[in-house]
Amino acid sequence: MFIVKNKHIFFAVTGVVVVAAILSIAVFRLHLGIDFTGGTLVEVRYDGTRPDAGALTTTLNNAGFSGFSLRESGEDGYMLRTATLSDEQRGSLSSTFSYQSGTARVEQLTEIGPTIGEELRNKAFIALALVLTAILFFIAFAFRKVSQPVSSWMYGLIALLTLGFDVLTPIGFFAFLGYLTGAQVDVLFVTAVLTVLGYSVHDTIVVFDRVRENLSINQERGKREPFPETAGRSLNQTFVRSMTTSLTTVLALTALFLLGPDSTRDFSLMLLIGIIAGTYSSIFLATPLLVAVEEWRRKK
Amino acid sequence: MWKIRLTALLILVAGFGIGWFVYNSQVSASHPFKLGLDLSGGTQLVYKANLSAILESDVGDSMEALRDTIERRVNLFGVSEPLVQTQRGGTLAGETEERLLVELPGVTDTQQAIDLIGQTPVLEFRMLKGDTPPADFSGFDVNELFEPAAVTGKNLKSAQLQFNQGVGGIPNEPVVVLTFDSEGAQIFADLTKNNVGRFFGIFLDGVAISIPVIREPIPSGAAVISGSFTPESARELARNLNYGALPVPIELISTQTVSGTLGSEAVDKGIVAGLWGIGAVILFMILWYRLPGLLAAIALLVYIVVILALFKLIPVVLTAAGIAAFILSIGMAVDANVLIFERMKEELHAGKSTVEAISAGFSRAWPSIRDSNISSMITAVILFWFGTSLIKGFALVFGLGVLVSMLSAIAVSRTFMLALGIDAKVGIARFLFGSGIKR
Repeated sequence: MFIVKNKHIFFAVTGVVVVAAILSIAVFRLHLGIDFTGGTLVEVRYDGTRPDAGALTTTLNNAGFSGFSLRESGEDGYMLRTATLSDEQRGSLSSTFSYQSGTARVEQLTEIGPTIGEELRNKAFIALALVLTAILFFIAFAFRKVSQPVSSWMYGLIALLTLGFDVLTPIGFFAFLGYLTGAQVDVLFVTAVLTVLGYSVHDTIVVFDRVRENLSINQERGKREPFPETAGRSLNQTFVRSMTTSLTTVLALTALFLLGPDSTRDFSLMLLIGIIAGTYSSIFLATPLLVAVEEWRRKK
Repeated sequence: MWKIRLTALLILVAGFGIGWFVYNSQVSASHPFKLGLDLSGGTQLVYKANLSAILESDVGDSMEALRDTIERRVNLFGVSEPLVQTQRGGTLAGETEERLLVELPGVTDTQQAIDLIGQTPVLEFRMLKGDTPPADFSGFDVNELFEPAAVTGKNLKSAQLQFNQGVGGIPNEPVVVLTFDSEGAQIFADLTKNNVGRFFGIFLDGVAISIPVIREPIPSGAAVISGSFTPESARELARNLNYGALPVPIELISTQTVSGTLGSEAVDKGIVAGLWGIGAVILFMILWYRLPGLLAAIALLVYIVVILALFKLIPVVLTAAGIAAFILSIGMAVDANVLIFERMKEELHAGKSTVEAISAGFSRAWPSIRDSNISSMITAVILFWFGTSLIKGFALVFGLGVLVSMLSAIAVSRTFMLALGIDAKVGIARFLFGSGIKR
């Protein structure tokens, strides 16, 4: 009941998170990575001393690289993003990066041609559209039975709204991460968004299902109970399970984030934030919104 | 009661058995995990084939020939378990693109790999110096045994698979017919006239693909190679001859190289993260749900050995994203148990007996478990389709994990729970079946 009674606090919290996420996306922007634009990503590590970024930039300019971005990676490496390489550039990559003070080893080289980039971009949009459509159907199916006092499409709409919150939060965070570490939108980013969508939609539906189950039990027993109380009671009944299922997933993902491979670090962080946001929204946002809609209808 | 206890025992024994298989097959390397290039280290190259000069009906054949050619070159590289396969890609706007995917585990010099693969195929004819052809088509010094022949690959117009008239007891013997252009026919006529009885070697990229003997002079410019062909081997030779001479130009459109050190680092970190993830989830389940939590932990371990065994047997190519999906699935695998236990608690509160509460907990939680897994499965299927190899790795492991964990959580923990046969309402059992920090 605490949550339903104090719903305005949670609406405020949600508002702050949403504004922060939107601001973050507007200010820092999402930068498309080479998966979608085409281009080259090189990671080198140094045996010996890592050269100064300024010196390396000059060297790269002399070697015919242009329009590249160079970032430090880890303790002893650099990450280079640039256009497609010529055979000479590719062949002499490690010698270009190497200095007397430190020899460079190419740890990772990824080149993506423009056609593949375009193909992946299209596929990402289609995948997103497919998942959204599938989820719409899923929600429509879950709420196909009309219920009082809030109509069933309203449940669906609120479920969609909370889903929007669930993906907006990690995306906003990712924009900020991009500002901090140069993280770019790649196929893993899209995967994380889609996974969060698939995982979070269900949590909201479970709470709503309880609300409706309790509503129909009340009706059968002829018990009159104000809607906010039914909603609050339903929330109490599902609260522990929502928290616990998310907590186990968060535990596993935290291990992956802290200890796992570097290549999936940003990915696990996105999932982590998305799943936390999903749990928050299904408990602190979805049902309070439902209650607010019902109260607003009664006032009218 | 004894039946269910026997089942529980069988599940435990099977779990140990599968666990032993997973461990043993890794140690003895009989069924090791298949690691993607981002974990094992290596190079992946994707080429686009330029088929503008090829008739549409010949696309399949020429791609096959291209694949064979590249495979031969890759084998020269001395790579273990290389992968060369054709793929069809496109930008979905109706245009398709024929592609060739080359994976070279362990090769980390990208440019060297590109140089080797990118050469134009060379078809050569050579005469054997002595009388005895090598028993094997590889493993000899070409220049030591053979000398160049006057006729060259450029003179070959086409090669065709035909079936000879039945001679004696061998009806319809497959043969390969070589047709030379007019210049080639002249040279070939002279060559065959002067060299009857000698061996004539056909080489593609310096590797012998056929060493027939010249039986008689051939003035017409159409040579028939016969011998112990199967229809397939004859077709393959004809294809190699045709497209060895008329290769499909290829263009490099994507490369990915990961060094072995970076790959093994990712594997090590993945294992550590996996172990901590499993430990954290198990610890939480036992602390929070006590006895049922312990059973869920055992069910989780059964799930883990089963899915690891599946990775080996299917086999699933594991990538860093696949490991991430596996660790994510560990967190989600106990979800079904959480749903069941929470329901069970409610049923116990409502005054049901333990056995009733267990059955009701399982059956009432089922729709919820099914639905949550359906929404995740939808994502997995779409991701699998969306996939680059990296994402496919994630989607496959994720989908498999969702499916297997659902079964293990329900079947395994339910059996264990019933097998214990404890009345949850008396004495210590009350505590053991409780949960959380209250009471």
